[in-house]
Amino acid sequence: MTQLPAKTERKLGLVIDLDTCVGCHACVISCKGWNTENYGAPLSDQDPSGANPRGTFLNRVHSYECQPDDGPAQLIHFPKSCLHCDDAPCVTVCPTGASYKRVEDGIVLVNESDCIGCGLCAWSCPYGARELDAAEGVMKKCTLCIDRIYNENLPQEDRVPACVRTCPAGARHFGDFADPESNVSRLVAERGGMDLMPEMGTAPVNKYLPPRPKDRIEDKAATLETVAEEPTGFFAWLDRALDRLPGGPTGNRTQKETETL
Amino acid sequence: MHPAPSVILFTTFSGLGFGLLFWLGIGYPPVTGMTAFVMFAIAYLFAVGGLLASTFHLGHPERAIKAFTQWRSSWLSREAWASVVSLILMAAYGAGLVFLGQRWTILGLLGGVMSLVTVFTTSMIYTQLKTVPRWHTALTPVRFLAFSLAGGALLAGQIRPAILLLLIAGLVQIMHWMRGDGALAASGTSLATATGLGRIGPVRAFEPPHTGTNYLLDEFVHVVGRRHSLQLRVISLILMVAIPVALLMMPFNHVIAFLAVASHILGVLVARWLFFAEAEHVVGLYYGKRHA
Amino acid sequence: MGYQQPVVNTSPEVSDEVRKTTCYMCACRCGINVHMKGGKVAYIEGNRDHPVNKGVLCAKGSSGIMQHNAPSRLRAPMRRVGPRGSGEFEEISWDEALEVAVAWLKPLREQAPEKLAFFTGRDQSQSFTGFWALQFGTPNYAAHGGFCSVNMAAGGIYTMGGSFWEFGQPDWDHTKLLMLFGVAEDHDSNPIKMGLGKIKARGARVIGVNPIRTGYNAVADDWVGITPGTDGLFILSLVHELLKAGRVDLDYLARFTNAPCLVNAAEGAEKGLLLRDDDGKPLVIDRATGRPAPFDRPGVRPDLGATLDRDGATHRTVFQLMVEKYLSPDYAPEAVADRCGVPAARIRAIAAELARVAFDEAFEIEREWTDFRGEKHARMIGRPVSFHAMRGISAHANGFQTCRALHTLQIVLGTVEVPGGFRFKPPYPKPVSAHPKPHAGVTPGQPLDGPHLGYVTGPDDLLLREDGSAARIDKAYTWENPMSAHGLMHMLISNAHAGDPYRIDTLFLYMANMSWNSSMNTRGVIDMLTDTDESGEYVIPRIIYSDAYSSEMVAYADLILPDTTYLERHDCISLLDRPICEADAAADSIRWPVVDPDRDVRPFQSVMIDLGARLGLPAFVNEDGSPKWKDYADYIVNHERKPGIGPLIGFRGKNGDKVGRGEPNPDQLDRYIENGGFFEAHIPPHAAYYKPWNAAYQDWAVALGLYDSPQPYIFDLYSEPLRRFQLAAEGHGDRQPPDHLRQRILDTMDPLATWYEPDQTGNEGYTITALTQRPMAMYHSWGSQNAWLRQLHGRNPLYVSSKIMREAGLKDGDWARVTSPHGSIIVPVMEMAALNDNTVWTWNAIGKRKGAWALTPDAPEATKGFLLNHIINELLPRRGDGLRWANSDPITGQAAWFDLKVRIEKAANPEERTECDPAFPPIKSPVGTGPKELRWKVGR
Ligand SMILES: Nc1nc2c(c(=O)[nH]1)N[C@H]1C(S)=C(S)[C@@H](COP(=O)(O)OP(=O)(O)OC[C@H]3O[C@@H](n4cnc5c(=O)[nH]c(N)nc54)[C@H](O)[C@@H]3O)O[C@H]1N2
Ligand SMILES: Nc1nc2c(c(=O)[nH]1)N[C@H]1C(S)=C(S)[C@@H](COP(=O)(O)OP(=O)(O)OC[C@H]3O[C@@H](n4cnc5c(=O)[nH]c(N)nc54)[C@H](O)[C@@H]3O)O[C@H]1N2
Ligand code: SF4
Ligand code: SF4
Ligand code: SF4
Ligand code: SF4
Ligand code: SF4
Ligand SMILES: [Mo]
Repeated sequence: MTQLPAKTERKLGLVIDLDTCVGCHACVISCKGWNTENYGAPLSDQDPSGANPRGTFLNRVHSYECQPDDGPAQLIHFPKSCLHCDDAPCVTVCPTGASYKRVEDGIVLVNESDCIGCGLCAWSCPYGARELDAAEGVMKKCTLCIDRIYNENLPQEDRVPACVRTCPAGARHFGDFADPESNVSRLVAERGGMDLMPEMGTAPVNKYLPPRPKDRIEDKAATLETVAEEPTGFFAWLDRALDRLPGGPTGNRTQKETETL
Repeated sequence: MHPAPSVILFTTFSGLGFGLLFWLGIGYPPVTGMTAFVMFAIAYLFAVGGLLASTFHLGHPERAIKAFTQWRSSWLSREAWASVVSLILMAAYGAGLVFLGQRWTILGLLGGVMSLVTVFTTSMIYTQLKTVPRWHTALTPVRFLAFSLAGGALLAGQIRPAILLLLIAGLVQIMHWMRGDGALAASGTSLATATGLGRIGPVRAFEPPHTGTNYLLDEFVHVVGRRHSLQLRVISLILMVAIPVALLMMPFNHVIAFLAVASHILGVLVARWLFFAEAEHVVGLYYGKRHA
Repeated sequence: MGYQQPVVNTSPEVSDEVRKTTCYMCACRCGINVHMKGGKVAYIEGNRDHPVNKGVLCAKGSSGIMQHNAPSRLRAPMRRVGPRGSGEFEEISWDEALEVAVAWLKPLREQAPEKLAFFTGRDQSQSFTGFWALQFGTPNYAAHGGFCSVNMAAGGIYTMGGSFWEFGQPDWDHTKLLMLFGVAEDHDSNPIKMGLGKIKARGARVIGVNPIRTGYNAVADDWVGITPGTDGLFILSLVHELLKAGRVDLDYLARFTNAPCLVNAAEGAEKGLLLRDDDGKPLVIDRATGRPAPFDRPGVRPDLGATLDRDGATHRTVFQLMVEKYLSPDYAPEAVADRCGVPAARIRAIAAELARVAFDEAFEIEREWTDFRGEKHARMIGRPVSFHAMRGISAHANGFQTCRALHTLQIVLGTVEVPGGFRFKPPYPKPVSAHPKPHAGVTPGQPLDGPHLGYVTGPDDLLLREDGSAARIDKAYTWENPMSAHGLMHMLISNAHAGDPYRIDTLFLYMANMSWNSSMNTRGVIDMLTDTDESGEYVIPRIIYSDAYSSEMVAYADLILPDTTYLERHDCISLLDRPICEADAAADSIRWPVVDPDRDVRPFQSVMIDLGARLGLPAFVNEDGSPKWKDYADYIVNHERKPGIGPLIGFRGKNGDKVGRGEPNPDQLDRYIENGGFFEAHIPPHAAYYKPWNAAYQDWAVALGLYDSPQPYIFDLYSEPLRRFQLAAEGHGDRQPPDHLRQRILDTMDPLATWYEPDQTGNEGYTITALTQRPMAMYHSWGSQNAWLRQLHGRNPLYVSSKIMREAGLKDGDWARVTSPHGSIIVPVMEMAALNDNTVWTWNAIGKRKGAWALTPDAPEATKGFLLNHIINELLPRRGDGLRWANSDPITGQAAWFDLKVRIEKAANPEERTECDPAFPPIKSPVGTGPKELRWKVGR
């Protein structure tokens, strides 16, 4: 098991749209909620009311500032969970076989009853996608909500990861990357989906859509023609413009009525 | 990386223990009987003690047996096998020496080699990690082996080899540090590749995903100050190499030998602490805690 | 050997049962599915059918389980036993608590009802709490709007009968360019995120105007890092550009706004008011006849450019006045660029882009509609530019006029209530005339003479007593802030403490953390709450407070009425109040007890019903004096505001088949529960746009009970109520402002949207603006008791622009002293590049008092978290005229949170510093502290 399957039938994963993510942490918390109650041990929290609160989360949202040469600094919110890598080092390093990549869909999972909590898989993951639960002593990671996406107790439309279902901005997309026609494959193709740390050779399944170019309005916008710089000229223009309004030109409006009422 | 005491103890003592077993396996010193017993006991104390220490950092030590299953891909699993094989081989070999006064040379050679293999597998656990550029180098196994051999020789009372090997190990260690200091920068991994945002412009970590700490920060993000690190490096070299070598140059006596060993062990502990504490896991980039 | 892998149960039971109710982790009020296991709450997700959130849920909503089970929940009624602020209480029974309350309140009602001040926070039952206060007879009731966003509400209502915020939304499905001003999170939290997502998915564009580039502004395609407080100037410069280019929607302006109305130019008490006919209808010149005509006469074609000579004066149209004002070089991009911190080229580019999208990308929807003049329109013309704004423009002392300026901009583009533009949500549009006026007529033992809050149309409507002093404790509706439509909760405690305008006896607060994050000058407020007079009595004699959690405010009350959590009670999100409507539907919703409380707590509204009955308030008792309602659920179902109209619109009538109007239905709540906790009444397609003028919409609204008769109106680009106050300031009329306010009224209450710099008294040397933003994952102070959320935001650095970092020699993590004219704090700093150069900011309400919220006293919120509130005062620095001027909008009284000016320097002795300054002594927690570890799982 700890070896990687030569090929997976499907490649399920997420596309995360960095142009759309507003950094709200909804995906972080709904993931925490679902995975605390479902797959495996609960995601525990230590010192939850104290000086050093910490706990296990499978998804975290960072934020970065980028400084382009020719414009104001940009801020990018950056959610990150397991990327379900094709060449997942976390699987091959695992001494017990607890970590494995599923042959049918490529999901990388931890079988908690086999996990000795050695932490090595987390050491080998460049992305910080694995967290050892302090209370349970087992490795926790994103399951791609395996207990949702096939769950026959859920209506079809809810068979998506909790984080995807909840994302208010619609910045997270779930699908099969092995299918070139899938929503995720198309998004990646259209928007130039990218890998994180490609040099690590992990061949991540999850892809990130880069932010669209920003702060270009001066280049793009046309200029406004001036009809008048001052009120008098403007009113002359207005008279002409009003004539073109529905109802057509008005013959007698130029004679201002003198009070007779 | 977080310099976990259990892992520092493990790598230090198992390295020494297997180093000593190597020397015993190849017949240096050619001990038998009670002397053999004492030497083997020390070797086993170190090797097994180190292995046991390593289980302290496991979340589920009671399941440790499962670690034998994945030898085909996992260096940790291989280490488990290698250590058990070498311990068994050396136990049989040692039993011959201690109880029967017999030297089964082939067995000893095999056990010795397996002891080095064990050290090698341990080193590969770290070496394989692309995520820690400082470790991801052939120098890492060389360093582990050099220290194991040197420490083993020292424990085995092989004075001249020990002096030579200590000096070599010291040299390897210095090379490891020198290479290591530029390793993250040379690895090509940066916040720009980690985020894919480099194409916009220089990337800077802004808000972290959480204001408190978490497993990743505790485990992987440990920052040692430059000055502090230099001091520790010097101290470790002095303790690990300079003092033992100096002592070994003196006329042999047991107190001096003990002091040399003690100094060496202390030095190795410091070096091991640095080995972990200075290792920059790339995940720190995401937290803006690395400046590559 | 084949690849082996474990078998995973991919279809576990998700829950035993799903209960659908409404989230209350913030005021957005999304629908939630509460998954239950073994009678316990196991998981909360969004309700896909719900009109507000359509299935999505934010971080707060998703962590409701931690809020509902928070260790900080109050457990029983409490009576204070230690001094105020100590946190020492004893638990008492409900009977005792209610008896104490009655003993305090009954004499007040009989002798001087105004001695009770009843104020509520971000309460979602204001129609009920307001009704209770009215029945009690005190004029001193309001909710939090005055310190929140009354500028936004009032600016919108006085201009176009509704606003952004809860009143309306961009046409998310059609808009191609959204311009967002000063929004970090909004009450419309999830809908805005969903809308931005829709825009992005279509490849449409967003311009964010905000000094800070986070959140929504981070995803904006273009960012305008404006200098705080200058939006009005920037907006009017855009108007200037559009006028100069003639890129305004003349047809729209002529038909649907008062731009063609004639303004009285004759000297006298009517000067500057609109010319009206004998029926009081504003007059326009009809292009067809050239003669004056009432604006709404069928067939009339109002002329924007006409004048009328009458009685020796030339009366001109509003539009002409606008052109004269806004074409002035004062509003040219070059003239405003420096002050706004926006290059002139950028202003021009934005104006051009707005015009291009509004006019060149105009589209049509083939949908017939008929306007209020009876004219039929074959199609609806879409102008796909939309705007949205919130507190960033409203929480300044020029916010009312800035909001008006923004509405002026969208109106001249013709993009309000058209496809692709901004759309009202029922019960809006609702012009000033359809709102009540404020009342303060007190008769001991009797209800108040009418609703507390409303919209004034001139000096006659102010709430002044015979001697000219304020009738309300918060001085709402006085010359200092005539249009304070939401009251001024932020002045409540300081006025009550000062006994100005009079002394009160009992302060009754509900759901507002007034000794901490919702007050300006927090330290001062704490002192006022604990101050005693010569006889050793508290200056504010009695404080009753209802909270559900152990907040900072609890420690300052004498009697605590502990509330349930949002999953344990009935609530009603009503069209009488602040409903959950969307632009295409009227909608309301309920909460219901999906679990029973496991503590001795009671739903606040039910407690008020009980109290109302015990006090014998007329609407709360039957003729025989027996309680009229069993509890709040009973009230929700059976209360009628007018015959047939009650708190909920759905499932009315005996059979539950009536909508809007109909007799009470005893099964109504069950029907709501079956329906997912909400009800929606869809607006017919041909009524969906042009609502203020669309006869079909008006009829639909009447049928639903929103109005009693059609209320079509035109937009008030020119506001007569404002002009009436100016006239008074000019000396007309018998209600006259005090002399010291005359000039300010003239300057600020311009009937045309305008910009003025907020009062800068005392700000010399303080050049940096300090702002706060709401973190999306935290709701004010409540979030910190939530074990999951507090890991995300457990402390708050001050984010400082790179420029200021350099100037002050600061680096990340340093401690800095931040000084305002009012005081100083010492806080940790972090650099931020995507920030206006002269701005610093921090997250709102993360800082906590030691001992509150069941956190340990060394919690980071209490040591490394801080409030800016300590250095914001409710009053401006003294200017030597013997008067104290409020730090509020001079028109509405809106608290000017974002006018805060500071200077920053590196703190002395940083090595010794471990905590922010000020550090208050801990309060004793009435509930202890939370557990050491959480492994939350209710199943298996
Ligand atoms: N510096 C700065 N200060 C600000 C602002 C700012 O932008 N900057 N914003 C201002 C604005 S707009 C607002 S609205 C205020 C908000 O400030 P507050 O209205 O004080 O908001 P909260 O901190 O949420 O406090 C509300 C109280 O309600 C309690 N509560 C929560 N749930 C329940 C419940 O179910 N029942 C009862 N009875 N009580 C409950 C909480 O425990 C808390 O004590 O802050 C204002 N303060
Ligand atoms: N998650 C969450 N949601 C909430 C709340 C919460 O506490 N948490 N609180 C609710 C409440 S009570 C309210 S009132 C709403 C408020 O919702 P928002 O109006 O979004 O309130 P703030 O977070 O105060 O954000 C004000 C924004 O205005 C910007 N700003 C300040 N000054 C200026 C200026 O002069 N010009 C411009 N253009 N921008 C400026 C600030 O940078 C900030 O981004 O949110 C509600 N929703
Ligand atoms: S992201 Fe990390 S944990 Fe996930 S598959 Fe890749 S290497 Fe493994
Ligand atoms: S922590 Fe568990 S899953 Fe990870 S490598 Fe160790 S045994 Fe495998
Ligand atoms: S897919 Fe599921 S487990 Fe993974 S991050 Fe999303 S919610 Fe969490
Ligand atoms: S829920 Fe969506 S928008 Fe919010 S942080 Fe996650 S990915 Fe970003
Ligand atoms: S926005 Fe979030 S907290 Fe507010 S009601 Fe909706 S889900 Fe609840
Ligand atoms: Mo607010």
